[in-house]
Amino acid sequence: MIAGRSRKARILGGIGLYGAVAAYVIFALFPLFWTLKISVTPQSLLYSEGITLWPSSATWENYKTVLRATDFPRYFLNSVIVSVVTAVLVTIIASAAGYAMSRFSFRGKTTVAVTLLLTQTFPLVMVIPPIYRIMGELGLTNSLTGLIIIYTAFNIAFATFLMQSFFDGIPKDLEEAAMIDGCSRSQALRRVIIPLTLPGMGATLGFVFTAAWSELLFALMLISSDSQKTFAVGLLTFIGKFAVDWGQMMAASVLALIPACLFFGFLQRYLVTGLTAGAVKG
Amino acid sequence: MAMQSTAALTPQQERRASSKRRFSAAFEPWLYLSPALVLLLVVLVVPLIFGVSYSFRKFSAFKSEYVGLAQYRALLSDPVLGQALMNTLWWTVASLFLQFFLGLGLALLLDRPFFGKKVVQAIVFLPWAVPSFLSGLTWAWLFNPIVGPLPHWLFALGLKSEPTNILSDPATAMWGPIIANVWFGVPFFAITLLAALKSIPSELHEAAAIDGANPWQRFVKVTLPFLAPTIAITVMLRTIWIATFADLIYVMTEGGPAGSTNTVATYIYVSAFKTLDKGYASAVAVLLLALLILYAVVLIRIRRSLVRYS
Repeated sequence: MIAGRSRKARILGGIGLYGAVAAYVIFALFPLFWTLKISVTPQSLLYSEGITLWPSSATWENYKTVLRATDFPRYFLNSVIVSVVTAVLVTIIASAAGYAMSRFSFRGKTTVAVTLLLTQTFPLVMVIPPIYRIMGELGLTNSLTGLIIIYTAFNIAFATFLMQSFFDGIPKDLEEAAMIDGCSRSQALRRVIIPLTLPGMGATLGFVFTAAWSELLFALMLISSDSQKTFAVGLLTFIGKFAVDWGQMMAASVLALIPACLFFGFLQRYLVTGLTAGAVKG
Repeated sequence: MAMQSTAALTPQQERRASSKRRFSAAFEPWLYLSPALVLLLVVLVVPLIFGVSYSFRKFSAFKSEYVGLAQYRALLSDPVLGQALMNTLWWTVASLFLQFFLGLGLALLLDRPFFGKKVVQAIVFLPWAVPSFLSGLTWAWLFNPIVGPLPHWLFALGLKSEPTNILSDPATAMWGPIIANVWFGVPFFAITLLAALKSIPSELHEAAAIDGANPWQRFVKVTLPFLAPTIAITVMLRTIWIATFADLIYVMTEGGPAGSTNTVATYIYVSAFKTLDKGYASAVAVLLLALLILYAVVLIRIRRSLVRYS
């Protein structure tokens, strides 16, 4: 009797568990699936089959048009340039800073840590008015360089904490042993520490790349010439400028998703480290 | 570096080298930190100071003049700002509440073994990787009756009298960005809470189970106290983040219709960028910063008093 009840409870529990899991999976995937679906729906079927689960005939036409007849390849390239340069700069600068925070004890260290922490919780909308003006006076509006400088600064604090946590994970003994064996600190750094931190640097690179790839507001504010637009800005102005071409817009969105998803796949195993480093320290 | 031939140095040179080493030991960390600190100073701290000073000025096309507290006085009688503050509160509380509880639920699910867990985990965390402007656009499209199914589903369920866009109705428009924000933000809570759950020693659960505690009692007496520190810090950070997060709303509604989704963050952005009123935008930004600092201080006080009494 008791065994029967517990078995029934277990089956019910199992149904509940898988039901809940399925609900989360559908909630996470449905919007992305829908974008993909509209992007392969031919223009002629959009109004008759706009809300069916899959169009009766699918087409790559929207993707071809986006790649051949619009400025999106240019926007895509601009976004790649901005994101890659930002990610590389941040990783180098944050590795140096994270190394200092992990391996040295010095006066003012706590102040530095608190300052980094404050800038990380700092709402960026605060600096929108002054940055808009300062960048204008420096002649850095309408330039990818201006965006790269801003994005690099915005990502430094988080990346430093992340790199510090990776350096903290490497036993100090390794470095000391190398130094006893006659290496200078910089040699120990080059031969022992950097090779061991490479995965951490990869993770930082990925996080910063995704952050720069996603940024919209500063890019929208600072960039107006077509040749310098990032993908986010291009997509948004595309919506404003043309009578909405749904299929092309969604095809462009799916293309913009690809780098983010690739990096995400690569970053999966660092997610927990990264977010806990960011959340606990920031 | 020059230190490689230390063995061949005279005592005098060696003394000089050691004092140099002492000097460099104090100097070295600052050398490594300097690029990061300089950048933060130039791109964040200096603009912040400028921003505060802008809030005492009025900007017109070619010049700006000092106007004292006039911008702050204007804040007091701005009906749009009053509405934006209420919208910010609703946007933040509703988004945070749903993100947190759905995130906690997901973390608890992923803490249990089940078939296909690795794949499921990759899928449910995916929205976090989607750029926020794309999250906003995707949801805006889902709510659009031409290409999106949601209005028709809401109509079929009897929740709406006709399949129209909820984003174009001031009474319901805020739900659009809130739902997009929840979709986008659930993985953050799920990931951080999952990390915290994994750090709970399993002996504790076993001991509680042996003592006859039911699952709910185990959750309240064992799991929650362990999660509490993570919850406190993530909720605080997320509140600040959501309250100042303008992308989704800007992309989906630009604050409309009729200002019904205008939050303080979108208001700052629109006043600085579209109406070019940088002085006023800065005053609003200072107000927002003051409110957020007040919130953080209150929350930290509450947390401290809870720790003291427990």
